[in-house]
Amino acid sequence: MRRFSYIDLVLWLFRIGIIGVVLWGVTGKFILGVGNEYTVSDWLDFFVSGLSQGSLYALIALGYTMVYGVLFMINFAHGEFFMAGAMTSTVLVALPLQNAGYIDRFPLLSLLAIFVSAVLTSVLVAVLTERIAYRPLRNAPRLVPLITAIGASFFWQYYFRGLFGSSLLPFPEFAMFNGKIAFWGLDFQKADFAVIITSLLVMFGLQQFVQRTKTGRAIRAVAENKDAATLMGIDVNRTITITFIVGASMAGVAGVLYSIVFRQLNFVMGFIPGIKAFTAAVLGGIGSIPGAALGGLFLGIIEAIGPPLFLEGLGVAGSHQLKDVIAFTMLVLVLIFRPQGIIGERLAEKKA
Amino acid sequence: MKRISWLTLLMLLLAMALVACGGSGDAEPEADTGDTDTAAETDTDAEEADTSEEAAAELTCDDAIGCVEIAAGDPILIASALVITGPNESLGLDSQYGVEIAIEQRGEVAGHAVELQAEDEGCSAEGGQTAGQKIASNPSIVGVIGTSCSGAGVPMSQIVCAEGIAMISPSNTAPVLTDPESRQTCYFRTAHNDKVQGRAMAEYVFNELGLTKAAAIHDGDPYTEGLASVFRDSFIELGGEVVAFEAEAADATNVEPLLTSIAASGPEIIYYPVFIPLGSLITKTAKEIDGLEGVVLAAADGVQSPDFVDASGGAAEGMYVSGPDLGFGNDIYATFLETYQANYGSEPTAPFHAHAYDATMMLLNAIESVAQVGDDGSMLIGRQALLDALGSTSGMEGITGTITCDENGDCADPKIAVSQVQDGAFSSVWSYEP
Repeated sequence: MRRFSYIDLVLWLFRIGIIGVVLWGVTGKFILGVGNEYTVSDWLDFFVSGLSQGSLYALIALGYTMVYGVLFMINFAHGEFFMAGAMTSTVLVALPLQNAGYIDRFPLLSLLAIFVSAVLTSVLVAVLTERIAYRPLRNAPRLVPLITAIGASFFWQYYFRGLFGSSLLPFPEFAMFNGKIAFWGLDFQKADFAVIITSLLVMFGLQQFVQRTKTGRAIRAVAENKDAATLMGIDVNRTITITFIVGASMAGVAGVLYSIVFRQLNFVMGFIPGIKAFTAAVLGGIGSIPGAALGGLFLGIIEAIGPPLFLEGLGVAGSHQLKDVIAFTMLVLVLIFRPQGIIGERLAEKKA
Repeated sequence: MKRISWLTLLMLLLAMALVACGGSGDAEPEADTGDTDTAAETDTDAEEADTSEEAAAELTCDDAIGCVEIAAGDPILIASALVITGPNESLGLDSQYGVEIAIEQRGEVAGHAVELQAEDEGCSAEGGQTAGQKIASNPSIVGVIGTSCSGAGVPMSQIVCAEGIAMISPSNTAPVLTDPESRQTCYFRTAHNDKVQGRAMAEYVFNELGLTKAAAIHDGDPYTEGLASVFRDSFIELGGEVVAFEAEAADATNVEPLLTSIAASGPEIIYYPVFIPLGSLITKTAKEIDGLEGVVLAAADGVQSPDFVDASGGAAEGMYVSGPDLGFGNDIYATFLETYQANYGSEPTAPFHAHAYDATMMLLNAIESVAQVGDDGSMLIGRQALLDALGSTSGMEGITGTITCDENGDCADPKIAVSQVQDGAFSSVWSYEP
């Protein structure tokens, strides 16, 4: 047995403190009735809205986690892949289609065109970034590509600002996403429902791709050990490019889904979702694909339910403004108590 | 290997030190004169400083916080610090055009042309700080027109006032900026104080629309929080009930939880005096939340721009927006609008172009009244004298009305209009004067 040090004591006090605050907030909410009174359907609305936001986080987080898996680097430009797809498809495809009236007449075809253009742009931006900014630094110390990623992120933000301007862009409205749909006794906004279903399908597809296909096996092999993978005849550079392509495609899909739900775009739109998705990836256990998905959903839900549940119960004014506090407190908690994340980073010998 | 990296580090540090020295070296002479003049009440010190300047310009600077010296033939440099990039750019660009038109129409001031250095304040505290530091470090800037957003105005007024540079905002409306406790002595504004705007909205909602249960949302920025608070207090004073007073982050992406919370408190109207991104998000989402059907939506001048209507899609239709009353109907405005159309090819896009025009005129008039012009055409502008002249502005006829400054730097002739979004445009439905 290890001796009990003062750090353990502080950590224990911290744990007890957090649990105390949460319990106090929940008690305040449900027993003392602090703040608004919510019906069950209000709580379900919080949950559903969190689920939809969470599935977007999850889609973006997958890109982070996959790149981390093969390169052990945090690709901070990933939020920009998301922005690039959303902005370009809106300006070059969605808005012209809307002006021509095609969106009302052929909504599904238009949507398909928007998705395809977004994915293509995201992939192009990702491949360029990988080829120009990351590949030359493949053997540099780990901090170097990290800083480069931050630089690349700024580069793409201001590149797209130069292309499309800095004002807010409205995404066209699709009549089919207005209104609600009931499913499993839950009332979903149709747009939220589309986001959740599409995300689940994409995530399922990704899992199949990584587990079942030859390329997927190559990605896993490279993640496990690059040198051994090379010896087995795997083209490591090609596999890394494919990883970026897959991650960026999901960012592109997430970009369009985000546009459908929130309907306004801007050149800095990738920053906050990018940071949140990174948080989600770490929450779930970076490097793990199911972990990223779970982390994203968890983060979205806790952000939506946390403020009315704990903060309002504590009597905090303007509680919804503080949802980021909850999100990042979760990150700190996970880093302190379970650094490997909820599911756990798959630790190969080299990384450990 | 190790030695090389240490050497590099050393070189880097040296380079940084050099850069720092160079920067402060440029700024110091001016700052020093300012400091000695303020600090040294004793005549000897002040005279010493004066004689050195006298030799150069033949004019004496006896100003308490220093002078700006302009050589013959050089332009008078004024700065603007407005939000000219980003999602709120339509607010600031519109004001900047107002400044440019005023400079163009005013022509030379005491024999010197006027030059504008346009800075961006980004509608954030950080942006205001950066723009403020840039302006404060240039000793030849006489005055600043800015900022657009109160959140940027708070830090910027502290930075530029430390250098004694006059600052006139055409669009800050937060009460805190001219509150006697927190106001900076160089700060003036030609925009209304939100004590008036919040009151106007509360009266409109309570008396004209006959609604008694309101919810208010702000984003923590001084402008939005100040306005939401004034609205809340006035509404309660009138006899209404404020059922929710909430806050959301300005860069939020998901406001469904917020609006679900608000719906649970059962308001008849939601007032959200925020900026365009959050404003349009709330407007769109509110249409889709259970329990908010038929609830009246209202916002303020931070979103009064075509960009907001575009970004909200059709959802903004029918909502109310308070802002300055632009039905000025005077000749100056008619000429102004013609010039605006001719120079920028559009109608004004936001509410504060006229206030920016008046602010610039006020600054240029004050400069003219305090400038000492030498025989050789050079010019000396006393900073304290300029502030005094601005503070005593009275009865100046501008586009927005009669500009008269009170002792706290509020110079506006506040008239508020409540507009409704009809067919994608803001049309005025009610007006208010305190």
